[in-house]
Amino acid sequence: MKTVYLDNNATTEVAKEVLEAMDGVGNAYGNASSMHAFGRESSRLIEQARHQIAKLIGSDDDEIIFTSGGTESDNTVFSIARDLIDQGSERKKIVTSSIEHPAIIETCRYLVSRGYLIQYVPVDATGKVKLDVLEKLLGDDVLLVSIMAANNETGTIQDIKNISSMAHACGALFHTDAVQAVGKLQVDVHDMDIDYLSLSGHKFHGPKGIGALYIRKGVPFEAFVKGGHQEQGRRAGTYNTAGIVGLGKAAELALAYMNDEHTRLWDLREKLRKEIQSTIPEVTVNGHPYDCLPGTLNVSFARAEGESILLMLDLNGIAVSTGSACATGSLEPSYVLLASGLDIELAHGSIRFSLGRFTTEADIEYVLRTLPPIIKRLREISTL
Amino acid sequence: MSGFTNDWVYSDTVKEHFMNPKNLWDDDSFQYDGFGQVGSLACGDQMRVGIQVRDDKIVDLRWQTYGCASAIASTSMMSVMVIGMTLEEAYNLTPAMITERLGGLPQHKFHCSVLGDKALRAAIDDYLDKQGRDNPYRRRVAKVICECKGITDHRIEELVKTKQATTIDELREITQFGTVCGKCRYKVHQLFEEYKHIYNV
Repeated sequence: MKTVYLDNNATTEVAKEVLEAMDGVGNAYGNASSMHAFGRESSRLIEQARHQIAKLIGSDDDEIIFTSGGTESDNTVFSIARDLIDQGSERKKIVTSSIEHPAIIETCRYLVSRGYLIQYVPVDATGKVKLDVLEKLLGDDVLLVSIMAANNETGTIQDIKNISSMAHACGALFHTDAVQAVGKLQVDVHDMDIDYLSLSGHKFHGPKGIGALYIRKGVPFEAFVKGGHQEQGRRAGTYNTAGIVGLGKAAELALAYMNDEHTRLWDLREKLRKEIQSTIPEVTVNGHPYDCLPGTLNVSFARAEGESILLMLDLNGIAVSTGSACATGSLEPSYVLLASGLDIELAHGSIRFSLGRFTTEADIEYVLRTLPPIIKRLREISTL
Repeated sequence: MSGFTNDWVYSDTVKEHFMNPKNLWDDDSFQYDGFGQVGSLACGDQMRVGIQVRDDKIVDLRWQTYGCASAIASTSMMSVMVIGMTLEEAYNLTPAMITERLGGLPQHKFHCSVLGDKALRAAIDDYLDKQGRDNPYRRRVAKVICECKGITDHRIEELVKTKQATTIDELREITQFGTVCGKCRYKVHQLFEEYKHIYNV
């Protein structure tokens, strides 16, 4: 059976070049913190990777620390904010959005339970942060503003440059969870005036379990993972040399392919969108019509439930994801889609197609042949 | 990725009933003697059942389900089990009997299987109601939940279904459940939530 992987926002296939680069680390097994030749070789590879990451986002090398992934990077930043508040900062409020990744939403929930003040900016029907509401929440009591660069479910891209300038205008620090944006969109930390940025390797064809945090020179910092003196005391734990090398290689490839891939993925996404809309009735496209990740298409099918669609596609070799409650075992469908004001039924019937570097036009054509009869069948079964 | 589609998320029986649902109500001409519909969009599943009855036996049944694979397969399996049953046997069908025949469902999916038998019971209730008959089966399957006050699951179901108790406080006020020894409280809360879901309250 033909298989088509369209769940690249969940994770991606590791690029062949990345696997080869990681394979080459086999001999560099020394601890990068050791002074001997084995350690120095590991250290050299790590610094090369740090440079590759820095180049991808336009930072200096020493503004990058390696982490276990986006979740740790996000937690590090919120831990810094918590620490500053605990240390008596006059700014005691954190402002974030209602559609952040669980790495932030759940961290905020925890902080609220411990008495910290968090405010959430709502989004409009396209998933864009409501800037007028954000403006009203900002003031001299705000310590940190954290807004994601692009959403994992809908693909909607936020106007980060504008938001960071609003945050800085009130004297707050600005963090962006750019896990979905880095490697797919041009991200320049200086142009966007960003203080902290989280990124993750496995979202752009790098390995899992490795990510990075950009920390602008001079902004407050406190290690989240404490221990040894790695990363100049900013992140303890023996360096994950192979992971770091893989991440660096993935960054290099993403930068090299970015412009061509952006066009190619957007064309494929638009082909998928247009033909779904022309062959299947009662389809709603979620997210922003054009300020959207090039390979992300989130659609809702009325009168068909998401987990059923996902599993029918799976039985045909196609991998997607859904915002339906049934897929997670909870009773609530996607909070991201509900935050955009989508009907609960349409949230249950949502399917996310996320394309990647290895998605071909033949893949999309296969989906376009397979999908319409599945939706038709589920609608025949449905009570609605 | 050889063989990765063989090891599916659900049993082969669930897969078969999901892919090829039995006794589906896809023909408008089906004439039913009793009709039942339960479930809510908020939780993402809803079921509709129509039955034909001859001599207190279910001779035919058609159904429709909006929901996940477990919900579709559960209703399909329910239909296969029920056709040929007496009304009494059908009324006594439980979710556990359906999931057993399906070869089991993951723990977090069990709630997706509870609607099938409820829709069926609603259809039987409707049939008996149209015939102007009392329901002789209801009493037999009632389970006492609060022993101190003698409150059954059916009583709780009835109060939720008729919207007499829309909150747990209202339910306590009406039934006085859990006011003596208190050991039933958790179970009552669970049932209350389940019925609220089923009857879309």
